[in-house]
Amino acid sequence: MALSAPRTAAEILSGDWSGGRSPFGVSWQKLMMWIFVLSDAFIFGSFLVSYGTTRATLPNWPNAAEIFALHIGGREIPLLLIAIMTFILVSSSGTMALAVHAAYERNRRRAAVFLTLTMLLGLTFVGCQAYEWTHLIRDLGVRPWGNPFGAPQFGAYFFTLTGFHGLHVLSGVILLGFVARRVLQGAYDRKGSYEMVEVAGLYWHFVDLVWVFIFTFFYLF
Amino acid sequence: MANHSTTGTHPHPPTRVYLVVWGWLFVLSAIAYFIDIWHVPQPFKAILLIAVALMKAGLIVAYFMHLRFERLNLIYAILAPLILLVAMVAGFLPDGVSVFLHRNY
Repeated sequence: MALSAPRTAAEILSGDWSGGRSPFGVSWQKLMMWIFVLSDAFIFGSFLVSYGTTRATLPNWPNAAEIFALHIGGREIPLLLIAIMTFILVSSSGTMALAVHAAYERNRRRAAVFLTLTMLLGLTFVGCQAYEWTHLIRDLGVRPWGNPFGAPQFGAYFFTLTGFHGLHVLSGVILLGFVARRVLQGAYDRKGSYEMVEVAGLYWHFVDLVWVFIFTFFYLF
Repeated sequence: MANHSTTGTHPHPPTRVYLVVWGWLFVLSAIAYFIDIWHVPQPFKAILLIAVALMKAGLIVAYFMHLRFERLNLIYAILAPLILLVAMVAGFLPDGVSVFLHRNY
């Protein structure tokens, strides 16, 4: 195909819909994952909007920086565990990107190594979350219907938001486990396409993306 | 194979790009953390936090999720519906504020 002169956005868009080529230029697997990710974004968006609206009605929302502090050497460091969890999840996104990159190059071993690293980081994140939940429920007495710090809705939103997100991380680890196994078996070499790694990567990066907003609006605000 | 050609056509950036994006995500996360720790006064804190979150989201979607390298049609199809999220925030948040004001705490 010869390269034509630069076109306007409208010309590119209408040209892609005028027949003879796939308008989105991706496989159905990738398109469906994008559509799923978009719909999931609306689920988390609704949760966050509901949280924001409820919080705006209340004068006594608990101070997250104090509740999520870690005691280290007799000092209280606010939000330390959450900061560590954020770095873990960002790192898992980084290793996932490298796994997708290795898949593009059809490097079976490297793709499997980075997928495994991503899974380990994901499991570490879920482990931190399990610790956090245990600490909040057992030591601080936070419940979905009340807590000793202030507005009772705090617990309901905390468990819903982080619970749903943690479930997504856990599902992602399982999905990556299946994909990593197929990579090692050479299934994508036989198929002639490593795209499944990229599709799973889309999901994983989305889970990281959701955490960006939970981190910002629930923990830092 | 049909799938082969679709994955092979769009350009993929070199490894260095992923590492740079990764580094920036670390830096932006640290900035967000310190905005909270250093008790930046409220209107600025909210604006800065939202700005940092949107920058992180942009980096993840554009480079890690490769949206920058997809066809323009796909980019628009993904980004346009997100306007509805903004509409949802604009529709509900004022409601929360008005309830707060009516309760006279």
